[in-house]
Amino acid sequence: MLEEVFRDQWGRVLASLVGFLGDFDKAEEAAQEAFAIAAERWPAAGVPAKPDAWLIRTARNKAIDRIRRERTLAEKIHLLPVPEAVMDEFDDTAIKDERLELIFTCCHPALPLDGQVALTLRALGGLETADIARAFLVSEETMKRRLSRAKAKIKATGIPFAVPGAHLLPERLDAVLAVIYLIYNEGYSGRVDLAAEAIRLGRVLATLMPDEPEAHGLLALMMIHHARRRARFSGDDLVLLEDQDRSLWDHAQIAAGRTALDRAIALCGRGAYVVQAAIASLQAAEPIDWPQVAGLYRRLAELTGSAVVELNHAVAVAQAGDPAAALRAVDRLDLDGYLYFHSTRGELLRRLGRDDEARAAYRRALELVTSTPERRFLAMRLDQL
Amino acid sequence: MQYALMIYSDPVCYEELPEAERAAVTADFTALLDDARAVGTVQLQPAETATCVRVAGGRTLMTDGPFADTKEVLGGFWLVEAPNLDDAVELAARIPATRFGGVVEVRPVVAR
Repeated sequence: MLEEVFRDQWGRVLASLVGFLGDFDKAEEAAQEAFAIAAERWPAAGVPAKPDAWLIRTARNKAIDRIRRERTLAEKIHLLPVPEAVMDEFDDTAIKDERLELIFTCCHPALPLDGQVALTLRALGGLETADIARAFLVSEETMKRRLSRAKAKIKATGIPFAVPGAHLLPERLDAVLAVIYLIYNEGYSGRVDLAAEAIRLGRVLATLMPDEPEAHGLLALMMIHHARRRARFSGDDLVLLEDQDRSLWDHAQIAAGRTALDRAIALCGRGAYVVQAAIASLQAAEPIDWPQVAGLYRRLAELTGSAVVELNHAVAVAQAGDPAAALRAVDRLDLDGYLYFHSTRGELLRRLGRDDEARAAYRRALELVTSTPERRFLAMRLDQL
Repeated sequence: MQYALMIYSDPVCYEELPEAERAAVTADFTALLDDARAVGTVQLQPAETATCVRVAGGRTLMTDGPFADTKEVLGGFWLVEAPNLDDAVELAARIPATRFGGVVEVRPVVAR
């Protein structure tokens, strides 16, 4: 329970300290001290009414103490004076939420992508370095280096602790959304913790940027997908959307996702995340309105210019009742090295009764498959022909 | 803080531009010169004029040509005074070479 409070507060506390101290490492150090004191006192004394204010005040005091000590030491040994810290009066009632500044700093495109991801999880998500390392299958030492390289670059190159101005905001927001979605997709392939973490970050972003439709769109997309995670596998076998046991879906999460989607649409959102969320929402309905799904995939293909999206569009066209048109569209795509291109062709050919060609397509897909559940699924399809 | 904006470009490009394009490049260049954040700029003679110098065993060795033999060569650099990286990048993006596929490397300068 205390751990939950800590996880919720970490981002706010750290953001406030980075804003105050202008230094990631010092901010992290001070925040850790404050959380350690809280861990000692709160179990007996109870959680204060405003835990964030308490933690920020304590951490600021710790940081100021440290700066004073360093200055005294520097004076004693006649070194250059340590710059004076701002010893302002700290007002508990008006703590500025600086998490948005922190998000844009962590997701700055001048940082390497793996550094952006790690730093976002550490600074905003409050994950321990060891946990982030485990999630990305690297050693703790490697992850520690990755984080400190990113922090060092922020400091050395003057990456600002600020929300970008209007002219920079669209592309910089895209970078933030991409980082969160990347974290989500890492979690989607089995490591559930990261997917939940991405949703948490998405919720923070949507709260801090309530007028940005794509922030709500991404949150909606992640929630609606995540709600179906338990139905995607039966044992170790992959279950297609149409065959999924809907009683395994998290219907409350789907509803929450749809609320976020409604908000995005009310804000006139027509971007890639909003469109994908709308598709996910339609696919969670019964029956699925395939012509509308196909229309949305068309829009998404226009936005992204992606052949993979074109492939999904073709699948929707087939589901809407026209597998022949779908096959014509698929055959125009240049995706020979892509597993789902061949599995989709196999499925379309099967439906059109062209069994020999379908078998050949499934065999080609089997050459490309890497995951065991998917291999089993394709082999089963091939056997049924 | 100060940043060096180092310009790597294909020198052939600029020389082959039509007159009107060259005028636009000159206008961009002048606008940058007039920006209060620009400390100074240096344009280098073509890479063929470069000489690399090494010292080994007290002897000075010279070789003809630039350090890295690539199509894109260091053509010059700007020194700018900017409050943060975003400002420095904004200035870098206004350097004419970026319009013709050139790359600008932005590096903070060690403060003295």
